[in-house]
Amino acid sequence: MNAIQTHALSKQFLLHLQGGVRIPVLHEVEFHARFGECVALSGPSGAGKTTLLRSLYGNYRVGSGALLVCHHGQMVDLATATPREIVAVRRDTLGYVSQFLRVVPRVAALDIVAEAARNVPREEARDMAAALLQRLNIAPRLHSLPPATFSGGEQQRINLARGFIGGHPILLLDEPTASLDAENRDIVIAMIREATARGTAIVGIFHDAVVREAVANRVHIVLPHQEAA
Amino acid sequence: MTDDRMLSASGLNLRFGTVPALVDVAAELWPGEVLAIVGESGSGKTTLLNVLSGHMAPQSGQVLYRAPDGTETDVHAMSAPMLRALHRSDWGFVHQNPRDALRMGVSAGGNVGERLMAQGSRHYGDIREAAIAWLAEVEIDADRVDDLPRTFSGGMLQRLQIARTLVTHPRLVFMDEPTGGLDVSVQARLLDLIRGLVARLGIAVVLVTHDLAVARLLAHRVMVMQRGEVVETGLTDQVLDDPQHPYTQLLVASVLAA
Repeated sequence: MNAIQTHALSKQFLLHLQGGVRIPVLHEVEFHARFGECVALSGPSGAGKTTLLRSLYGNYRVGSGALLVCHHGQMVDLATATPREIVAVRRDTLGYVSQFLRVVPRVAALDIVAEAARNVPREEARDMAAALLQRLNIAPRLHSLPPATFSGGEQQRINLARGFIGGHPILLLDEPTASLDAENRDIVIAMIREATARGTAIVGIFHDAVVREAVANRVHIVLPHQEAA
Repeated sequence: MTDDRMLSASGLNLRFGTVPALVDVAAELWPGEVLAIVGESGSGKTTLLNVLSGHMAPQSGQVLYRAPDGTETDVHAMSAPMLRALHRSDWGFVHQNPRDALRMGVSAGGNVGERLMAQGSRHYGDIREAAIAWLAEVEIDADRVDDLPRTFSGGMLQRLQIARTLVTHPRLVFMDEPTGGLDVSVQARLLDLIRGLVARLGIAVVLVTHDLAVARLLAHRVMVMQRGEVVETGLTDQVLDDPQHPYTQLLVASVLAA
């Protein structure tokens, strides 16, 4: 069953400050991912992989076409959904791990992760968060600190823990291993495989060929707009 | 979707002389939702807040408030005592300048307790206990409960105002630049506090801010205003990451990255 699917999805950016320049990025994209599979978005730099991933999350507005997400067993079109519906889809169905952690001042790493847990009491969420951080090699002494001063790799692992703790049925990953060493990369590979084995649909951008080959069941090629047209 | 909107405003117009402050503005809010109104000074965002909260009457248009029992009332058709009662019970208002809301000659605990007394609480011990609990909630030490607000720093005053506002458990709070004029570190603490309290208590908030980072941190949805008009509205991250209107693109492009 398709977890997320597009039909003739197009997206262009109109830059008013640059004299109304139009930058077409996605042209009638047909994409789908099923529950239990991991689809890697692949293609040359600048082809629109990140634009497609952000569009799938509803972060970029759909220009034209449909973006269907299986939410509580029903297909919801995020192209026409209200902001409140998109908030509900993101809460219950659609998770996203950005490339960089957006730190919240003063909030401890453990709480940043714990507050993304779903349908569990606060204490249990904190235990889950601690276990996830531990698994991702974030030392317990760091759990109570705000991650603003952490290294890039540590921040990325906190971001991953935040993305995985919710157990969303669909998970979008933007370069989840970009700042990680081999050991932590292998842990993330294992987490992605466990998630797909549980039935999670994963769509990701993985520049690291080792990661891509280890996790992807299928590759979706994204070509620059001119070549695709 | 069932219509459980808490606040719905439509066709709001207001001019100050020749200056348009609100031009055919519509807004809606659902329970537990945080809506940010952003724009530069003079864009009409504070005027909109004052009209939505009943403090200022529009020249045309209406603002409907749906009470928990489902009855809907036009905020601007209410009698003054009814509106005051609403502001004392279901609603709260956090001003940019805490001195506009606090009584500077009354102790911190008194400032918080006063709202409870206005609601009918009479038991002194209970009121004092609630006041101390709320001071702790906003990270003010219990041993400051009898101090006058004028001995407090700007950040503490703002936290005291928030305690005073939330002690009566409002379901809708209006906030006008709640972190304006504070040092960045004080601002961060306050934002974190507001964010935590709003999420935990499930309060609906209409927040006016010129700071897009504040909107991103706190709000589910944003409305962008320019010269009294709402030029763009939508999901916060959509509006900030993929702005459509020239003015929104300008606002987003003008933010200095630290």
